[in-house]
Amino acid sequence: MEHILSLLVFFPAVAGLLGFLVAKESIRAYGISVSVIEFCLSLILWIGFDSANAGYQFVEYYAFIPSYGMSYYLGVDGISLFLVILSTFITMIALIGLSIEKDIKNLIISVLFLEMTMVGVFLILDVIWFYAFWELSLVPMLYIIGGWGGERRMYAAIKFFLYTFAGSVLMLVGILYMGFLYYEATGIWSFALPDWYLLQVPFKAQLWLFGAFFLGFAIKVPMFPFHTWLPYAHGQAPTIGSVILAAVLLKMGSYGFVRFSLPLFPDATVYFLIPVAIICIIMVIYAAMIAYAQEDMKQVIAYSSISHMGIVILGTFAMNAEGITGSIFLMLSHGIVSGALFMLVGVIYDRRHTKMIRDFGGLAQVMPNFATVYGIMLMASVGLPLTVGFVGEFLSLVGFYRISWILTLLAGTGIILGAVYMLVLYKKSFFGQVVHEENRSLKDLNAKELSALIPLVLLVAILGIYPKPLLSTIDMSVQKMLVLMDQKAIEPATKELIMKANSIGGTH
Amino acid sequence: METISIDVASLNLPALLPMAILALGALGLICVDLVVKGLNRSFLTMITILFILLDLGAVIGYNGPSRAFFDVLLVDGIALIAQVIILVASAIFLPLSLSHRHFREFEMAEFYALFMFMIVGFQCMVVSDNLILIFIGLETSSLALYTMIAMHNRAKAFEAAIKYFTMGALAAGFYALSALIFYAMTGSVEIYQIEQALQARNFEPLVGILAGTIFMLGALGFKLSLVPSHTWTPDVYEGSSAPLAGYMSVVPKIAGFVVAMRLFEMLVYSGVVWLEHILYAAVVLTMTLANITALVQEDVKRMLAFSSISHAGFMMAAILIGTTQSNTALFLYWTLFMFTNLGAFTMLWIVRHRKNLWDERYQHPYTKFSGLVKLMPATATIMGIFMFALAGMPPFSVFWGKLYLISAAINSEYIYLAVIIALNSAIAVYYYMKLAVYMFLKEPVMSDATLYATNASTPLKVIVGVSVMITVFAIIFVEPLLNILTKYVSASGF
Repeated sequence: MEHILSLLVFFPAVAGLLGFLVAKESIRAYGISVSVIEFCLSLILWIGFDSANAGYQFVEYYAFIPSYGMSYYLGVDGISLFLVILSTFITMIALIGLSIEKDIKNLIISVLFLEMTMVGVFLILDVIWFYAFWELSLVPMLYIIGGWGGERRMYAAIKFFLYTFAGSVLMLVGILYMGFLYYEATGIWSFALPDWYLLQVPFKAQLWLFGAFFLGFAIKVPMFPFHTWLPYAHGQAPTIGSVILAAVLLKMGSYGFVRFSLPLFPDATVYFLIPVAIICIIMVIYAAMIAYAQEDMKQVIAYSSISHMGIVILGTFAMNAEGITGSIFLMLSHGIVSGALFMLVGVIYDRRHTKMIRDFGGLAQVMPNFATVYGIMLMASVGLPLTVGFVGEFLSLVGFYRISWILTLLAGTGIILGAVYMLVLYKKSFFGQVVHEENRSLKDLNAKELSALIPLVLLVAILGIYPKPLLSTIDMSVQKMLVLMDQKAIEPATKELIMKANSIGGTH
Repeated sequence: METISIDVASLNLPALLPMAILALGALGLICVDLVVKGLNRSFLTMITILFILLDLGAVIGYNGPSRAFFDVLLVDGIALIAQVIILVASAIFLPLSLSHRHFREFEMAEFYALFMFMIVGFQCMVVSDNLILIFIGLETSSLALYTMIAMHNRAKAFEAAIKYFTMGALAAGFYALSALIFYAMTGSVEIYQIEQALQARNFEPLVGILAGTIFMLGALGFKLSLVPSHTWTPDVYEGSSAPLAGYMSVVPKIAGFVVAMRLFEMLVYSGVVWLEHILYAAVVLTMTLANITALVQEDVKRMLAFSSISHAGFMMAAILIGTTQSNTALFLYWTLFMFTNLGAFTMLWIVRHRKNLWDERYQHPYTKFSGLVKLMPATATIMGIFMFALAGMPPFSVFWGKLYLISAAINSEYIYLAVIIALNSAIAVYYYMKLAVYMFLKEPVMSDATLYATNASTPLKVIVGVSVMITVFAIIFVEPLLNILTKYVSASGF
């Protein structure tokens, strides 16, 4: 159990390497077996996780390049625990539902390497390693989109790569500057995040550093106006690429905000709070409106992702336990729901080789099971109470209500707009008469697709009704982070706002 | 009846995790095989390796109390080293299944499941000082191994399996008898309690202890192929496939050595001169007789079988000496021996041909390798390196183990033993060199080089490459390895 985090990070990579020796006809079984083992490992981590301890657990620390303060530093807390489980779970589900036959061996090995980078990003506490995993995650994704994507896959893959790479290079400058500040203050080099947490950064420097980190994370999330790579990437990526991209890779950006921006730069966070919130509102409303105008089913879901990520970021910047816990929960629920929706689009694309809404219609008669699962996921995406989508959205908005009720109200319209475009999509595709003859002979979900989708449906219902085990674990670590932010704040305005955000009617 | 209440935390279940991972992996593999038809051997091999690596991670990561699960488990330093050696050896022997030609046993998921169960058995043997759990481990691993040998599906393989099974059954009987005798005398099956009880009664009655020791020596001697219970070894190695034979010459023995170390060192330190003499005789006989028999072998595989018996004799010498240095020497020797032996058996696996073209009776007669250097210079050179390394030529791997072992013998004033070990090494050079002479100095009997590479594949070549590197460059990592081994061995009080 001592090295379970190292096992979690590197098991998929080792399995990927050994995968080169596995024969093509068994590679699917191999990929699924490996991802199931990895998922079981992450569950063991959860079982072994002490949910009364808010700090980092299962910590592994080895000095890596001591003269420059780099270390191999792993640890898990309530914030990252469930994101790790989400990564392993979604990878497993995506591999189970995989329907590609072409070059499947290369694809599965890429996915396994991608899994390593995802788990690594969430577990690593050394910032240089974090950056390494963060950048490495681009490479398998570039290959997945470029190798198995649609017609304009090259363009989409390169755009995805350049966009996110440019953002993260600026982040690297920020990382190095932060390391320098730490050296200046203490006289030793360190890139360990827990060390950085203890450093009070001067206000001026905070603003610049916040900006550098913000660009890296905002492009990944993606936030308006850096979102334009996402629809392309989703439009061209194969199903498995879209599923992992939407469910996990986007969360790396929002995780970065929670893990880096807030606790490292509390004053800058408060300083930029309202501008960021306004960007979030724009994301929510603007992306929802574009989603409504789309004719491609996959693009609708891609833009709805942007819209939901707006609420995630808004919740993060609420600066209180409800908002941040809610936004982390929303990351998880959005991972489950958007993953499922992209998989469902993949199901219909495999059968009809089109994603255009106008080519469908009346699918509910031909494919009742498909329509049911789609309907449930759609409701969860809209945020219907008792589904998983509701909990996170509600908490995020409740959290931000303390900061500004007007902005919260505007963000709340996102839910209504979400209902509009989603229900319209559903109506056009599933209800009415079957207008296209080729749709009459479509087959309903097969056993493979059901085995991938049913766990997702179950999770939507279970976590929607009883989210407490997750929420309480996340909340504990978030509370600890908030206390840290309050202690570190330099400006009185920051302390005041944190106090205000965390109190109800004068008590707290 | 008094109710029994047990606190789950006191059981310290994480200590069971390494074994549980492989046992669950084996069961899972059988289930997957039921669902998915036609699984490729590469899939089965890689999944098994992944489970072994996970197990390795769990073993290295364990840092609970050393006693666990009703004090049945004893996770101390030597248990840790032995498990790491067992798992690493298993993980690098297994890819030998990916040879160019297909073999029936390597296509079946059951083989890999049995392989994992066998490792669980070995792990049970080394992480316990409870005679019953050791027995369970011994039987689990042996039963799995018998079946795996028979799965090779050749007439000789069945013969080997039956022979191994019959001898194994006898050894199991011996073991049970010995455990019974010790239990009858001391009322306990835990080695450390047996030791205390025997000391309390001043090692009386001697007849009982003597009988227990003799039976135990017979039982473990079978596993470790000590003279006189070694007769199965050459036939079983010959009947099984080269990977399995190579595996048998390394892994089951390390498990046996750990048990022997726990048990016999307790007896040697009792101060009863008798017991020491018995062990001494077994050690000298094993080294010398096996070496002399190896001289007259005509088949390389049988020669390697006898040579591995003689290497096991060296190891028993380490146990007889019983100091920290000698015990460390045992693990060092065996780690180095493992890679070299792996390389040698992999070479035999590569040159395996479907038909016995060279000799009616044997598969790898010396004449097969005549003039190999002219047909395949690289193959011959690599094989030569392995032979010289096994003979103990400096600077190759096994030399360092031998050096450390002999110095351990001298340091504890076993001068005669040191001389006997040295003399035996000199005898051994002859039969190892014989192969080199055939390869380098004789004229080829075949003109077709491809006959020697019908079973070669990339994974096999990689394994050979790794073994050669480790064999040749052993000098680099002997020192750090020795430090680690000494630390763990002395920490567990041996």
